[in-house]
Amino acid sequence: MNIEAVKSIYFFEMARTRRTLLQSVVSPVISTSLYFIVFGAAIGERIQQIDGVSYGAFITPGLMMLTLLTQCIGNGSFGIYFPKFTGTIYEVLSSPISMLEIVLGYVGAAATKGLMIGTIILITASLFVDLSIAHPFVMIFFFVLTAVTFSLFGFIIGIWAKDFEQLNLIPMLVVPPLVFLGGSFYSVDMLPPFWRAVSHFNPVLYLISGFRWSFFEISDVNPLASAVIILAFLAVCMSVLTWIFRTGYRLRN
Amino acid sequence: MASIVSVSNLSKTYASGFEALKGVNLEIEEGEILALLGPNGAGKTTLISIICGIVNPSGGEVTVNGHDVVRDFRQTRAMIGLVPQELTTDAFETVWNTVSFSRGLHGRKPDPAHIEKVLKDLSLWNKKDNMLRELSGGMKRRVLIAKALSHEPRVLFLDEPTAGVDVSLRKSMWEVVERLRASGVTIILTTHYIEEAEEIADRIAVINGGEILLVEEKNALMTKLGRKQLRVDLAQPLERIPESLSSYNLTLEDNGQSLIYEYDTSAERTGITALLATLAETGVRLRDLSTRQSSLEDIFVEIVEAGR
Repeated sequence: MNIEAVKSIYFFEMARTRRTLLQSVVSPVISTSLYFIVFGAAIGERIQQIDGVSYGAFITPGLMMLTLLTQCIGNGSFGIYFPKFTGTIYEVLSSPISMLEIVLGYVGAAATKGLMIGTIILITASLFVDLSIAHPFVMIFFFVLTAVTFSLFGFIIGIWAKDFEQLNLIPMLVVPPLVFLGGSFYSVDMLPPFWRAVSHFNPVLYLISGFRWSFFEISDVNPLASAVIILAFLAVCMSVLTWIFRTGYRLRN
Repeated sequence: MASIVSVSNLSKTYASGFEALKGVNLEIEEGEILALLGPNGAGKTTLISIICGIVNPSGGEVTVNGHDVVRDFRQTRAMIGLVPQELTTDAFETVWNTVSFSRGLHGRKPDPAHIEKVLKDLSLWNKKDNMLRELSGGMKRRVLIAKALSHEPRVLFLDEPTAGVDVSLRKSMWEVVERLRASGVTIILTTHYIEEAEEIADRIAVINGGEILLVEEKNALMTKLGRKQLRVDLAQPLERIPESLSSYNLTLEDNGQSLIYEYDTSAERTGITALLATLAETGVRLRDLSTRQSSLEDIFVEIVEAGR
């Protein structure tokens, strides 16, 4: 195991985060505050409570997930795509490191950044609403597993993407609808039966629901199903990556 | 000398169907400077990329110090430093950080003293805190060399290291190369400046169309293929070559102002003395004499043309 290399990649990526501290940290704080003003204060006035939880508190896990998914996919994909784009990837490929170590470095950094921002949102949210976490360990389980899984997913996108258009395709076009329609801001019980049924095909619903359960013990789907879904997605990402390493897909061909 | 890099029957066909290497065999000896010459698209970069692990081979094998580059990639890549052809740098990193990063990637513990030495050797020390985007092209090139030397490699690949580098910088870079060779590092370089290869290399390999056409000691190559030309400038122009000189292989140039005599330096007799005597007997008066040895460039063009 080339620990020095993993450390090098990890801290190199984290240094990039430090250089862009303002947009990394301040922007999620501002956008979260805006969500709370718009959804929490303006709309929340009329909704007030969902399943006995205040609307402001209810949307917090969804907001965290929304940002976590976007950030992890974004960082995971950009981290590996950018060296490919500039050509500096040659150095990583000609170094004595296994693909597993490359993933540990890049995905570790992307997940760390996602978790940091998620935590910042949680802290910001707690300034607006009363929050309690019923099952802290379950919460951490979903939080960390989602961060790792979607950073891996981002990493795959970064390897697959041939240009910036492709790089942004999934984060911009696929993730937001899934997150918004996955019950970030409402309970799917509030939907008409048809759309409620459709929602159950949205994997993100399971993530948000499970995560919300760890806070308030309320959920749209069984938390166990949520855990299975996220583990299954992790397994899919790992299989795809294994295939990529074995074939050298878009890296060593 | 023992070979440190051994390439046998190496082939590479890209996904597009392009056959970049066709069964290449090459032994690179420890401590030598080998110049890899070839026209654009000959397979130079593909060959280097496979040895360094950037591209997967389609067939054949490469060993570095006895280790297979695919199976034992940790051992082989730790021994190799690579300076790529393109100026690829992380625009927003500082010189110090990017060079230290390279060392870490190769699994070496941080060693500020070594990084300092490398930067000073390449006259980059006063730029260590500058961001890479602030540097000129020549400096970026040196940063790439510094990165390749950060982990103290035993084998160094320089892929066209002096492209776009000015004369004085090129000279100082060759001094660095000389010092590295003196410290026992094996150096493989590709270059378009053939006179550079002529000046610095111990051996020359010529590659074209994915095949190695020739590998030879530079001096042996120059002698073997080196033809020399004697140019005789005449006091009065000749209309044609006089009868008495017909036994020499002469050509008339510059409207009859010069006689060109081609001879082989490795031949027992060059025939120069006889030629000059005959010229005097014939009454041809000379204004000047000059000789010219065919350069590596001429030899190179000859080999590549012959291979077509």
